[in-house]
Amino acid sequence: MNRILAVVRKEFLHILRDRRSLAVAVLMPLAMVLIYGAVMDMELRDLKVGVLDLDRSDRSRELVRAMTSSGFIVAAEHLPGREEIEPGFRQGRFLAALVVPRGYGGDLARGEARVQVLVDGADASTAATVANYLQAVVATVNRDLLREAGLAAPFGARTRIWFNPELVSARFVVPGLVALVLMMICALLTSIAITREKETGTLEQILTTPVTPAQVIAGKVLPYVALGALVCTMVLLAGKWVFGVPMAGSWWLLAAYCLLFIVIALALGLLISARSPSLRVAMMAALMVTMLPTMILSGFVFPIASMPGPLQVVCRLLPATHFLVVLRGIMLKGQSWFPLQTAALVVMAAVLLTLAVRSFRLRLE
Amino acid sequence: MSGEAAVFARGLTRRFGDFTAVESLDLEVAGGEIFGFLGANGAGKTTAIRMLCGLLPPSGGEARVAGCRVGRDTGALKRRIGYMSQRFSLYEDLTVLENLEFFGGVYGLGRAELAARADELLPRLGLDAERGRLTGSLPLGYKQRLSLGCALAHRPRVLFLDEPTGGVDPVARRGFWDLIYEQAAAGVTVFVTTHYMDEAEYCGRVSIMVQGRIVALDTPAGLKARTGGADMQDVFLRLVDA
Ligand SMILES: Nc1ncnc2c1ncn2[C@@H]1O[C@H](COP(=O)(O)OP(=O)(O)O)[C@@H](O)[C@H]1O
Ligand SMILES: [Mg+2]
Repeated sequence: MNRILAVVRKEFLHILRDRRSLAVAVLMPLAMVLIYGAVMDMELRDLKVGVLDLDRSDRSRELVRAMTSSGFIVAAEHLPGREEIEPGFRQGRFLAALVVPRGYGGDLARGEARVQVLVDGADASTAATVANYLQAVVATVNRDLLREAGLAAPFGARTRIWFNPELVSARFVVPGLVALVLMMICALLTSIAITREKETGTLEQILTTPVTPAQVIAGKVLPYVALGALVCTMVLLAGKWVFGVPMAGSWWLLAAYCLLFIVIALALGLLISARSPSLRVAMMAALMVTMLPTMILSGFVFPIASMPGPLQVVCRLLPATHFLVVLRGIMLKGQSWFPLQTAALVVMAAVLLTLAVRSFRLRLE
Repeated sequence: MSGEAAVFARGLTRRFGDFTAVESLDLEVAGGEIFGFLGANGAGKTTAIRMLCGLLPPSGGEARVAGCRVGRDTGALKRRIGYMSQRFSLYEDLTVLENLEFFGGVYGLGRAELAARADELLPRLGLDAERGRLTGSLPLGYKQRLSLGCALAHRPRVLFLDEPTGGVDPVARRGFWDLIYEQAAAGVTVFVTTHYMDEAEYCGRVSIMVQGRIVALDTPAGLKARTGGADMQDVFLRLVDA
């Protein structure tokens, strides 16, 4: 125990002495919460919409006014005709167009009103968000107008966006950042820390002492687990306090899954450091195997559903993909039962850990 | 150590693929002796030392160090030896004291013990004034003395020093050898490689290794008498050319 503590203490000193890496590890995730959260929030608040009112009735004017008074939508301009929509998108004058068809007022009175929403699809990830958002706004406004008119809302007209009704993107970014932070600190930094000792010869020096390889590894990874947990907590709290990201489920369950994911990240880090001939290779490998897929393929930023088939298969093989489903489930929906994801994560942890231990033994002999 | 050799090797061999780096090494070093393990670059000295320290499994032969069978009693062996590798391998981003405390710590020393040992070792190594300095900022000679200190933290019985004085000036080397003498006088067996032939004169006995084999093993005086060399430099050249 004394021996492990000596390694832990030394590793903490390394972390504290390397101010630059520490700053990156701590500040980058926080900056990402703030930037992503703020940028997405702003985009939705000032969403510019082109309005084409073909009905020109009191009812249709009411609809447009009700929508723009929500504060999230700015009626950028009133369009004279359909042919003006595409140039508007091209010139970036608005991101979406609302078309109120002829006869809307009458339809509304009969309880079957329809409007058309056109969204600029050039930016696929915001397009879906914007479309959903506008649909929700239209549905709400329609329902209110109907209620005022003393009519019951038709059942199918209610569009609701589940689990993220305000569409504040920090809610989606924060769970992803947790995965990214854990990968960065527990896989990337750990593999760098171990490979560096191999390269400078200090690992061999340690191996001449009675400390066992298992003790060395334990002592080396514990500080990174602590750092990872600390930064994750900071990200979660920042998300909660600044953007009101909810915590619908249990913190304990969240912590348990984070621990499972940490095991996977550590195993990956160990595997990389055991297999890498040099620090440079280890860094590249860790970036390619852990950070990039977590950012690009886990559904953190780009929705998996909109990826081509083969890529979706790759996504399913990534621990982060399953981890994100669990995190979002716990945080946004308050779920607590994830049989598929849990099975996938446990199998991945077991396989990676076995591989890591095996290749580490080989290396040390 | 009840008459048993502090370092004993018989037929110790290490191959890397087809290449034999150390071929059937036989030697015995008595407790408290300063044994010089000489040889040109690439002769196989480091490979032999790494086998004796249990860092590299031998391809053949056997060895006993400080009463422990190498490759068997690994835990006890590691507690009884100190190893200073040929490359400087301490943590440059830690201070002198932190390095010493770390190595003492992995040898299992407690806090109080560590503090006492540091207070004893640092002045003796001439590093007391530098205890708070980052190791990376020290001159090479200081780093080597600190490496020695880290290898000594747990009071080993046998000390393996692999080219401990490479790259420093004669005054610094002389100072380092004073420390080696101190340890030997305290009963520590010192197994040291070097390619400075003046340092060979300081050893009780020396072996000379050429291409993985020991070609001569005797006291410096004995070797000079046998080969007719004027000094160790001369002896070495005659043996290596032979
Ligand atoms: N891990 C290794 N793999 C292959 N060859 C090695 C390895 N380690 C050492 N050697 C070779 O063994 C020979 C002896 O090396 P070494 O023991 O370092 O010599 P010395 O310490 O006497 O300079 C050299 O030719 C070296 O290239
Ligand atoms: Mg060598």
